[in-house]
Amino acid sequence: MDVLYVEEYQAIQNVVERLYRDSNSMAVLLIDKNGQEIASAGQIEELDTTSLSSLTAGNVAATGGIAKLLAEKEFTGQTHEGEHTNIHITIVAQRIILVVLFDQHTSLGLVRLRVKKASKELEGILDSINSKTQQPSQPSIFEEITDDDIDNLFNDD
Amino acid sequence: MSFINYSSREINCKIVYYGPGLCGKTTNLQYIYNKTSSEAKGKMISLATETERTLFFDFLPLSMGDIHGFKTRFHLYTVPGQVFYDASRKLILKGVDGVVFVADSQIERMEANLESLDNLRENLEEHGFDLDKLPYVVQYNKQDLPNAAPIEELKNLLNPTNVPDYPAIATTGEGVFQTLKAVAKLVLLELKKKR
Ligand SMILES: Nc1nc2c(ncn2[C@@H]2O[C@H](COP(=O)(O)OP(=O)(O)O)[C@@H](O)[C@H]2O)c(=O)[nH]1
Ligand SMILES: [Mg+2]
Repeated sequence: MDVLYVEEYQAIQNVVERLYRDSNSMAVLLIDKNGQEIASAGQIEELDTTSLSSLTAGNVAATGGIAKLLAEKEFTGQTHEGEHTNIHITIVAQRIILVVLFDQHTSLGLVRLRVKKASKELEGILDSINSKTQQPSQPSIFEEITDDDIDNLFNDD
Repeated sequence: MSFINYSSREINCKIVYYGPGLCGKTTNLQYIYNKTSSEAKGKMISLATETERTLFFDFLPLSMGDIHGFKTRFHLYTVPGQVFYDASRKLILKGVDGVVFVADSQIERMEANLESLDNLRENLEEHGFDLDKLPYVVQYNKQDLPNAAPIEELKNLLNPTNVPDYPAIATTGEGVFQTLKAVAKLVLLELKKKR
């Protein structure tokens, strides 16, 4: 993911929130493969989503590395079961990571089913982002930022 | 890869600290962590062995102020330095926006420095990056040690392309923020150039 505009962000956020509700899960997190959080829904107040994002991306990268060694196409999903919390991780459109945290209030089957639906929707949104960032006409925040602004950010000492 | 979110108004960038084992990469991040106010930083994560050698990576999320109402957020990573962790090092370079090469200034570590620098170039190429085109700075760490090579010699050997470079003592913090600010600035200037 490179640039995320407000419109697509809204669309992504809607999918993530719907997935959270429909899967009866505790929380849903969408992360890019470099470990940056894109969107989240559910009970995330007590969750360190930044750390979770970085570690999950590291995990996916490592698993992807293992797949490569075994000449496998990327493993598409993984589940880890804890005593109270389970985590379901899938890769959407080969570039973003969808994480669902869930407990005994739902089932892995339901989570899988809802994730499949959400993945399809997210793929559609990602495609439209792709075509949009290829249009040079999109306004960029960096058009407003001058070299001096950047200098000033680091000039406090 | 940088990630600009117009909804949360954030500019996110990834910086990787690279260098041979024990050159002081983790110490750089620890110093930055200790000297940064809690509002500006997240948790520092170290995936380390029982003997505190970096196993996979260290990670430190950091805010460095606002520009035009956009928060600038930098994700700092270190790589494990030991030769046999090469597969992990490669993974961490994915999507990198800027690189700090931390050299160990001790004369007897010069070969390890050169080897690591070659390895950095190779691993970047595998991701389609060219070190000469990437925001990149060099740090000569462990300047306090009596067996540190002269700066001129370090420059000649380890910085042939003459990128910004800084002597440092990561344990006391000397040069640590200078290095970080230099690379962060290059990253933002590069982002601006690309638009
Ligand atoms: N004397 C001295 N020791 C340092 C300096 N920077 C790091 N060290 C020490 O070198 C060792 C390895 O540092 P570490 O940050 O773990 O290296 P890494 O493998 O690059 O992450 C530790 O014992 C540090 O305390 C420095 O500038 N001077
Ligand atoms: Mg380390």
